[in-house]
Amino acid sequence: MTLDSKIPAGPIAEKWDRHKFEMKLVNPANKRKFTIIVVGTGLAGASAAASLGELGYNVLSFCIQDSPRRAHSIAAQGGINAAKNYQNDGDSIYRLFYDTVKGGDYRSREANVYRLAQVSVDIIDQCVAQGVPFAREYGGLLDNRSFGGAQVSRTFYARGQTGQQLLLGAYQSLMRQVHEKSVRMFARREMLDLVLIDGNARGIVVRNLVTGEIEKYAADAVCLATGGYGTVYYLSTNAVNSNVTAAWRAHKRGALFANPCFTQIHPTCIPVSGDHQSKLTLMSESLRNDGRVWVPKQKGDRRSPEQIPEEERDYYLERKYPSFGNLVPRDVASRNAKQACDDGRGVGESGLAVYLDFKDAIKRLGPEVIKEKYGNLFHMYQKITDENPYEVPMRIYPAIHYTMGGLWVDYNLMSTIPGLHVLGEANFSDHGANRLGASALMQGLADGYFVIPYTIGHYLASTPLPKVTTDHDAFKQAADNVQQRINTLLSVKGNRGIREIHRELGRIMWDDVGMARTQESLTRALTEIPKLREEFWHSVSVPGSPDNLNQSLEYAGRVADYLEFAELLALDALERRESCGGHFREESQTPDGEALRDDEHYSYVAAWEFQGVGKRPELHKEELVFDEVHPTQRSYK
Amino acid sequence: MRLNLKIWRQAGPNAAGRLVDYVAENVSPDMSFLEMLDVVNESLLRKGEESIAFDSDCREGICGMCSLVVNGVPHGPDRGTTVCQLHMRRFKDGDTITIEPWRARAFPVVKDLVVDRSAFDRIIAAGGYVSINCGGAPDGNAIPIPKDVAEAAMDSAQCIACGACVAACKNASAHLFMSAKISQLALLPQGDAERERRVVAMIEQADAEGFGSCSNEAECEAVCPKEIPISNIAKMTREYVRAVLAAK
Ligand SMILES: Cc1cc2nc3c(=O)[nH]c(=O)nc-3n(C[C@H](O)[C@H](O)[C@H](O)COP(=O)(O)OP(=O)(O)OC[C@H]3O[C@@H](n4cnc5c(N)ncnc54)[C@H](O)[C@@H]3O)c2cc1C
Ligand code: FES
Repeated sequence: MTLDSKIPAGPIAEKWDRHKFEMKLVNPANKRKFTIIVVGTGLAGASAAASLGELGYNVLSFCIQDSPRRAHSIAAQGGINAAKNYQNDGDSIYRLFYDTVKGGDYRSREANVYRLAQVSVDIIDQCVAQGVPFAREYGGLLDNRSFGGAQVSRTFYARGQTGQQLLLGAYQSLMRQVHEKSVRMFARREMLDLVLIDGNARGIVVRNLVTGEIEKYAADAVCLATGGYGTVYYLSTNAVNSNVTAAWRAHKRGALFANPCFTQIHPTCIPVSGDHQSKLTLMSESLRNDGRVWVPKQKGDRRSPEQIPEEERDYYLERKYPSFGNLVPRDVASRNAKQACDDGRGVGESGLAVYLDFKDAIKRLGPEVIKEKYGNLFHMYQKITDENPYEVPMRIYPAIHYTMGGLWVDYNLMSTIPGLHVLGEANFSDHGANRLGASALMQGLADGYFVIPYTIGHYLASTPLPKVTTDHDAFKQAADNVQQRINTLLSVKGNRGIREIHRELGRIMWDDVGMARTQESLTRALTEIPKLREEFWHSVSVPGSPDNLNQSLEYAGRVADYLEFAELLALDALERRESCGGHFREESQTPDGEALRDDEHYSYVAAWEFQGVGKRPELHKEELVFDEVHPTQRSYK
Repeated sequence: MRLNLKIWRQAGPNAAGRLVDYVAENVSPDMSFLEMLDVVNESLLRKGEESIAFDSDCREGICGMCSLVVNGVPHGPDRGTTVCQLHMRRFKDGDTITIEPWRARAFPVVKDLVVDRSAFDRIIAAGGYVSINCGGAPDGNAIPIPKDVAEAAMDSAQCIACGACVAACKNASAHLFMSAKISQLALLPQGDAERERRVVAMIEQADAEGFGSCSNEAECEAVCPKEIPISNIAKMTREYVRAVLAAK
């Protein structure tokens, strides 16, 4: 298989416009004759389904939750980037493009990133027109803030609920199309297989989560917008129903999976408090603007924070990175917190936390100012931990937050299966090895509102697609497979809880495939994961029946897929013997402990082809070419 | 902590339901309410018994999926808090806790503590949007919006559509939910063109779904996890009157 990224010719700034002109169009009268399946109703899926419906296609939209409005995107807090340059502070499409390629540690595709920066400006216009109540200045114009260490203010926001407001905008457009009957909505459905006919993606098999029925849907093209796979680590900031299932089943049908080892760890989350914990809560990055990160200098110092005198505290970020201090990028802050804890200098009951201290900021600015800036976050922290951060320092620890890897797609967002398109966090394309803050929302909406409506038309107009129905054998075979896997899960009748096994998988992933990875830890993970998978299929307990709402069955299916996928993630991490972005190999670091890339050997996208469970997948490489932004070593000293 | 739970179990939409007693052992005060239920479910599972079905997703108070009536109060005893953000330190060792689903004609029980809230989606589909197609939007700064107007719109836009307002209302009215969306869009210039049509269509849809009318008891406001005030309902009523007058 050769990977053709289909990057259009021409100067980078003209590629997209030229491509839009060159792509084939579907005649307006013919659009309704084409059926498009969109799986997922997060920012990417909802915006795609709504826009395709508006164009006149016959759209079928699916999601797991009881309403499309509840997709995980709803939880995004901070904001969305766009190169509007409303602040007149030197922003431009080129600068956003440049920052994103550099921030991704030179592991993304330049042409895609440039297009993302280009359409970012249209996203804001679209959302404003939908009635998204973005923050405004007194003069009535849109407000911006700077985010994630960017040197310009390009982040648009709606209080701490930007994801919610953007998603509701997309959801409302989607419901309008449902009302106009161009979109049919199927909530509480889980996609469990992709159907290929003559090599093209022609439909999906889903489980109706309420009735348990296995349903088949045929189409002319399929879009997956099913989000990221952060919950392979069990604990993450992701919603608890997040999963890799749809992407993984498509992978098993032939879609290559790219860069699975690129995962992002967010430095400021509320630490784990016990085994019962089901998810981790993010504390906005903005806290690092005023909070100072420290641990005791002495190992095993169990004194409470106020008893530790100033000279016995180690403000390690300020010490090691004098110019960026507490504001170093996410990956650097996370790794340093881990090092401090590995040294035995972590705080709190578990020793797996560092302090984020506001004492000096409160002294300098007064509690009122701090309250105004961070009141809601302090409140949330207190609710969860029962500690008052105005009086005692917060305890924070890194947690899995986002996954840059995903199904491989070309410039048209099409996977290696013709007709299967992948949008949003589920694809791999734009963030390289590290995503910048406020760029995931931008990418999801760019894909759904402004890219797929063009590129899918080109696919439909240029591909012969004989009519198929769900009576086709391929549907029957896929549905039988799905049914069989369900029956197997129900028939194990072991005595181990699903959550218990998921937690165990999470422990392996976090300890051995987490923030710092080594040849040794990855090799260990690669022996432990298959063992646990074996254990799962022998001892899991999935009670209940297949023919009604059965949350244990749903959960077991997702964990089963994670037990296969985790191996690929670990293998990808093992094979990438360099450090870049969120992927830190201890063997590959500078003398002062920073991530060291190896451009000579690893400047490629690793795209894996499935060969069977437990069998070594085949690696395909897409070499990355940097014509515009020349790779350099990142430094934050 | 050790807690006595009385949990609503109902096999399906048409089955009869009842409260079943469970004991939750070793409950830590740091657990969230849903994590406490996870632990109960985990122990059921190990015994090969079917777990208690309940909805949740984000577990941080924003998706609106969780929906439990705790001791008679939707989302439980803490004001401005979804049940996924309620922590067990709010309870004492030996407490008895009753857990039930939302109860409303328009929200039929699917199973145990899970209900069907698709009626809310149909209300939004009837008119809870601005009818623009993707593509031709003017520049985001083309129409300035005063800061206080944008803030007021945001106050209403915070609704998470959990349905606690309906569950708390003796008439099972969806007025707080609807009025939040109607107020948001009526405040903004973008929503102006369809103001009249929107309010009429949404109210008609709510009636068709079987939601009741509002008799100003303000129970909805008291349980709203986003603390959306009933002044939104007053605004909706004004919008409705305005629409009816405009039609004449
Ligand atoms: C706490 C938090 C804060 C964040 N803050 C920001 C921020 O400030 N700025 C930013 O840019 N990014 C932020 N992010 C990242 C961003 O929110 C996500 O990357 C983005 O929302 C993903 O959108 P999506 O549309 O790709 O997928 P999702 O929103 O994850 O949606 C996935 C959809 O797929 C459906 N689905 C999944 N599997 C199946 C299946 N098998 N069958 C059927 N349907 C399925 C789900 O039901 C859902 O509708 C944040 C993330 C978190 C966790
Ligand atoms: S689970 Fe999302 S609001 Fe409670």
